[in-house]
Amino acid sequence: MTAGIVIVGAGPAGIRAAERLIDHGRAPILIDEAPRIGGRIYQQPPADAGSRRDAEALYSTEAAKARDLVTTFERIKARLDYRPGTTVFEISDNRLIALVDGRRAEIGFDRLILATGAMDRIMPLPGWTLPGVFSLGGAQIALKHQGCAIGRRVAFLGSGPLLTLAASQYAKAGIEVAAVVTTSSWSGLALNAIGMAVQLDTAAKGISHIATLLARRVPMIGRACPSQILGTNRVIGLDVLAGGRMQRIDCDAVALGYGLRSESQLAELAGARFAFDREQNQWLPETDDHGRAVGREGLYLAGDGAGIQGADAAELRGKLAANAVLLDLGNAIQDSARELGVLRRWRRFRIALDRAMPFPSGLAKSLPDATILCRCENVTAGEVRAAADQGLKEINRVKAATRLGMGRCQGRVCGAAGAEVLAARLGLSVDSVGRLRAQPPVKPVPIDALAGEAS
Amino acid sequence: MSETGADVIVIGGGIVGCSTALHLAKAGRSVILLERDQAGIRASGVNFGGVRQHGRALAEIPLSFRSRAIWADLDKLIGTDGEFAVTGHLRLARKEADVTLLLQHLQAVAEYGLQLEFLDRANIDRRFPWLGPSVIAATHCPSDGQANPRLISPAFAAAARKAGATLVEGVEVVEGTHDGASFHVSTRDRRGFAAPVLVNAAGAWASAIAGWFGEHVALKPEVPQVMVTEPAPYRFQPVLGVVGGDLYFRQIPRGNVIFGGGEGRAEPGHKRSRPLPEISARAAAEACRIVPEIRNLAIIRTWTGVDGDTADGSPAIGPSTTTPGLFHAFGFCGHGFQLGPGTGAVLAELIVQGTSDTDIHGLGIARLLGRG
Repeated sequence: MTAGIVIVGAGPAGIRAAERLIDHGRAPILIDEAPRIGGRIYQQPPADAGSRRDAEALYSTEAAKARDLVTTFERIKARLDYRPGTTVFEISDNRLIALVDGRRAEIGFDRLILATGAMDRIMPLPGWTLPGVFSLGGAQIALKHQGCAIGRRVAFLGSGPLLTLAASQYAKAGIEVAAVVTTSSWSGLALNAIGMAVQLDTAAKGISHIATLLARRVPMIGRACPSQILGTNRVIGLDVLAGGRMQRIDCDAVALGYGLRSESQLAELAGARFAFDREQNQWLPETDDHGRAVGREGLYLAGDGAGIQGADAAELRGKLAANAVLLDLGNAIQDSARELGVLRRWRRFRIALDRAMPFPSGLAKSLPDATILCRCENVTAGEVRAAADQGLKEINRVKAATRLGMGRCQGRVCGAAGAEVLAARLGLSVDSVGRLRAQPPVKPVPIDALAGEAS
Repeated sequence: MSETGADVIVIGGGIVGCSTALHLAKAGRSVILLERDQAGIRASGVNFGGVRQHGRALAEIPLSFRSRAIWADLDKLIGTDGEFAVTGHLRLARKEADVTLLLQHLQAVAEYGLQLEFLDRANIDRRFPWLGPSVIAATHCPSDGQANPRLISPAFAAAARKAGATLVEGVEVVEGTHDGASFHVSTRDRRGFAAPVLVNAAGAWASAIAGWFGEHVALKPEVPQVMVTEPAPYRFQPVLGVVGGDLYFRQIPRGNVIFGGGEGRAEPGHKRSRPLPEISARAAAEACRIVPEIRNLAIIRTWTGVDGDTADGSPAIGPSTTTPGLFHAFGFCGHGFQLGPGTGAVLAELIVQGTSDTDIHGLGIARLLGRG
């Protein structure tokens, strides 16, 4: 019997999983929401955009990896059932339900590798819903994908490695970077340098992004407490408290993001079991070292969708998930030991990084009551606190009482911050308030598309 | 094992159990309500939110009226109106046979004093022109409406607690006996409760409790599946239902359209349930036929809940046939939300006064015993 293997996500994890399976004689289906491969990290400009930017311009220090991934895809694509433009929004038993060209489609599987990637993790602040505020990843994609900037004078606010990477890419592209503001300390990076020394090359790249910014005399503000984004109809500035005083940064756009959160909704709908990861401060699907999901036979998780470890680790995790599929199908394959060893180094590197640039949970406590947490439903921090004061202790109950997470994004943007605000009010750790449950569809689906042939 | 005593033990913290506890507490009775999860969050908190007298079995009509009177003054009873709005309810016919049923029902409920309005297609075109061509006629019940279950049902729990009832949440009842004078109820965490009166309001899980007292009622899980769209300009005021029951539909003033039809799947033990994609597809297709303007709106969420279905589609409400002091209120077949407030009031009267002015004789458990 030929097992139907389906991979969701054509980023670094999905492509490497496909490559490994094809090299062992399997012919997987590779599904991707985007029209071209690469995922978010190696997202390509639209095919018909006539872009003349080369890989170096698009991906700077990561250009060689991006080129290699595309080359690999070109090598295997004839043996691959590649389905771009396909958004999986529900998993029911052994079927994926997807939106393809505005129509509902079903794709069956025997074994499923989810490589669904990650998105920005947001901590709101007053003014974050003004036009001109973008997520950090969104700001980067605007540049990478469309070749445009989010403003003429852009402030970067947040934490995590993407902050300085995106800012340096903007600077190199000739856009004025008003400031880079982080809640972490630049020296915290150094303190964790021992941990990060396990990946010298990557740590050096991170430092090179900072050097790029310093060379252009971009103000670098560490240990900051962001106060508010200013403006009435659009962004005109950013106030941050740092070094004991309030500093005003004039800017017309803000890129905001505190690291990444795993896009794990499909894993949940597929039946994966979840546990709270203290280092990453988020709920993650549980897997074994190869990426086999705990609690669901035939489900494999790879890449940042199963915990943030970055693009290089994602390639390894894609290969390992494919190894697990092949082993479970009875294929004799090479030992995974070497790849597992490298992956362990990446994990240590990530833990050091997370410790140096943690999600700023502490900000949840000081957010003014009027701050909007859930922008889809206009739910404020004060409303969440009022629900806590009425005795609600679980995030799904708070959702039911306040509408937090009930809008178009289904809590993908506000869920993390909502849980932090609730936990802070209750004086509990954030894991003890639970997590927003995933419900289909994981992305909005037009009614007539959902109806499909039934209409 | 030492037991905690009260005048009444209520098993089940849905809208029915909480309304019963609330009315009993207001009448001065001591009440212990036992809820396996959190009060008001299962079927009572996740249902469609229709508040209708329209289209009910005749046996339910007096109770539905009683409930409707409570809905009108809900704010006074539970401290919130829970977004209850009198928007009217339309029951739609899609074929000639449906029209006959609508007219028969119109005549039958008129005898109870419920005035329905018959609308032919010309009338529909004038008043509800957004209804699609598959709708050929309708009856309209102007006094019906809608409310937000996720606010209402927890508010009943909070009001019961405020009135003095003891709500014990997170306890699963595993055994109940009657010693001739008192009921003894024990929970999985080995706690004991005793009272001369026991109310079985355990929803989809109530048949096991009835069975402990020799009343065997077949109750099959019903798993209504509902979905909601992104907000759109407010345009569709009345709640919609169809003859046959395969679609229900409403829009709330903030703009979201909520509709459902068909059933999802319950897990074994039906503590959890989940939507089925083909049911979503069928309901979406029918919603587009009934209200074609919504076809470009996006669905943002789908959910389900679990209720119990009886053999004849109406609940079992009233005293036990075997055990004095035992009262049932379960098997609401997915349409208990409107009835919940009134059911609690009537049960409290039966318990406190031994009688109620509200006629529920057609809903007794006897008709369901030994069937199916």
